[in-house]
Amino acid sequence: MSRVTRFAGRDDGASARVAGFVAHLRENGLRLGVAEAEVALTALTHVEAAKPDETRRALKAVCTGCKEEAERFDELFTSYWMDMGRVRQKSVPSKSNANSDDVHSSRDAQGQEAGSAGQATAPDDHGRDDAESDGTGKLIATEVRNLSRKDLRDMVRPEEIAEAEDVARRLGAALRDKRSRRRIAARKGDRLHFRKTIRESLSTGGEPVRLLRKKRPDRTRKIVALCDVSGSMTIYAQVFLAFLAGLMRADTAADAYLFHTRLIRITEALRDRDAMRAIGRLSLMADGFGGGTEIGPSLSRFAGTYARRFVDGRSVVIILSDGYDTAPPEIMGEALEKLRKRGCKIIWLNPLKGWKDYEPVASGMAAALPHIDLFKAANTLSDLAHLERELAAL
Amino acid sequence: MIWTDLQTALSREGYVASDDLAVALHLALTLGRPLLLEGAAGVGKTEVARTLAAVREAELIRLQCYEGLDAAQAIYEWNYQRQLLTIRAAAEDGETGKTVEDRIFSRDFLLERPLLAAITKEAPPVLLIDEIDRADEEFEAYLLEILSDYQVSVPELGTIKATSKPIVILTCNGTRDLSDALRRRCLYTYVEYPDRQTELAILKARCPQIEAHLGNQVVGFVQKLREEDLEKTPGVAEMLDFAAALMGLGIADLTDDPATLQHTLTTLLKTQSDQAHITPEVAGRIAGKAA
Repeated sequence: MSRVTRFAGRDDGASARVAGFVAHLRENGLRLGVAEAEVALTALTHVEAAKPDETRRALKAVCTGCKEEAERFDELFTSYWMDMGRVRQKSVPSKSNANSDDVHSSRDAQGQEAGSAGQATAPDDHGRDDAESDGTGKLIATEVRNLSRKDLRDMVRPEEIAEAEDVARRLGAALRDKRSRRRIAARKGDRLHFRKTIRESLSTGGEPVRLLRKKRPDRTRKIVALCDVSGSMTIYAQVFLAFLAGLMRADTAADAYLFHTRLIRITEALRDRDAMRAIGRLSLMADGFGGGTEIGPSLSRFAGTYARRFVDGRSVVIILSDGYDTAPPEIMGEALEKLRKRGCKIIWLNPLKGWKDYEPVASGMAAALPHIDLFKAANTLSDLAHLERELAAL
Repeated sequence: MIWTDLQTALSREGYVASDDLAVALHLALTLGRPLLLEGAAGVGKTEVARTLAAVREAELIRLQCYEGLDAAQAIYEWNYQRQLLTIRAAAEDGETGKTVEDRIFSRDFLLERPLLAAITKEAPPVLLIDEIDRADEEFEAYLLEILSDYQVSVPELGTIKATSKPIVILTCNGTRDLSDALRRRCLYTYVEYPDRQTELAILKARCPQIEAHLGNQVVGFVQKLREEDLEKTPGVAEMLDFAAALMGLGIADLTDDPATLQHTLTTLLKTQSDQAHITPEVAGRIAGKAA
């Protein structure tokens, strides 16, 4: 690379720059602590830090922790060290949805400020002038792409997330799988733990005075939720997004995705400690929100990529969609078949099913039905909560 | 030592490491931190540890993780059968309680499992914790203590401190997400399938007798095959099997004999639907492109 950073004369030494870099990564969503800055500095003493490529590789090994981060790292590295993107990119104000009739806004003027804690990851949050940011703005490596992007924080309320969290926790408990061959030691178990009993009997000279027990462990099924956010689903998105956010907070093993014409993994974004900031981060990713639907191809992509890593026999895949697919129905059938081969249960929650006289006539829905374990209506959080019994029976 | 030396040393042992991986390994060695390798099956993650052990002339201690793995199987366990027998024998000899107790809770009665073995070796070994994502979360938590302090506490004996700090390599296939705490303690590298040049270098290192023409074709074929929509993408080990099979059958050119080529594909395609997907026509087309 030919571009080399020129830092200003007033700039502090190398350690400050590395610390600045770690802060830059943190602002862009990488979870790094103080210790990492220290390790990063030490690491640089073990390579030729004057060579940009070597520095990049060393810092990459230290600062990244998963595939997604590793993929983004090079871009973030360039934007900080290579004299690019020093100034906040000119941002475009997002279209305000606050007055729109079809969405609920919970944000008053004050709430808006509180909700904007996530601005480091949401550069288009405020339409600030360049003059105002004046080169001291934060470095943002994300490009501004879609002007009509929705701010999802307008649609979801914090109370709903809290409520959804509760629902998600109950669903998770209902899905707990008690059928396991393995047994673990327990105070109240249905069988004798022979090994431990013998072990314990050593202290009494080989006489088994205390009998120890074991039981089958509770094993949670892993919930994988795929939410359709195409145009036809927009009115339900509020409930479902709250549900996803609640699910992520209640269940550390759960996994979530959005799809419209593309498929996006949102697990990482939703795990943010601040629920509203998590939703804010989603806004950035949900480019194309409310557009067309390609359920089949999205599911197919899921089955071919993420499912290989995250879906196994103990997973429950929940699809939240109305089944109006613009792609040929065969793709949907094949995708679901492929997904089922992984041994998971598939639950389809269709908001339309709650309507009187609803028939799954949409060709996509019809193609999907043979591969689904449970097909239910869900329009509201309480609908979701009522699924508890049926999920337990799966 | 600089990282390129390490890279050369690894390649001398037959492992062609990418620059990213070599720097990460170098840092893991110099900083004494564990290295987490993530990537698809068959990209050579486990092999890294094996080769590193060979380069350092260190012992390789491998802990294969699986669901239900617990501390007793991974760290240490008391040899209670032996303890029991000792107690019985002691009772007959009229030995008193205290001396028996001291005896049966000594190191002689302690069964070392991989993790304890790794920290009590004289020379630092390479500790490979394979497929950590298969183990339960509780086990991951155990591991944190050992990886940060390099010590194991046995209630009856006290704390056993590391006599040597092992070089720790963890691998993971992404079966489940690992905890942030574990990721933070490790250096990290995502291992990709090797590019064409690297894969050719691997083939030459592992299979020096292969002819250049066939070698090129084999690598080209496997690389193209990875772009197909397969359930199980063939890894580096499969590529080497494939090359060995072709050489064993005395094939000099992939496009010569479609029927034999189809038979050798069993080394690359490991599911029924993948085998059905790569018909002789498809194989022929890929071989044609690779030539």
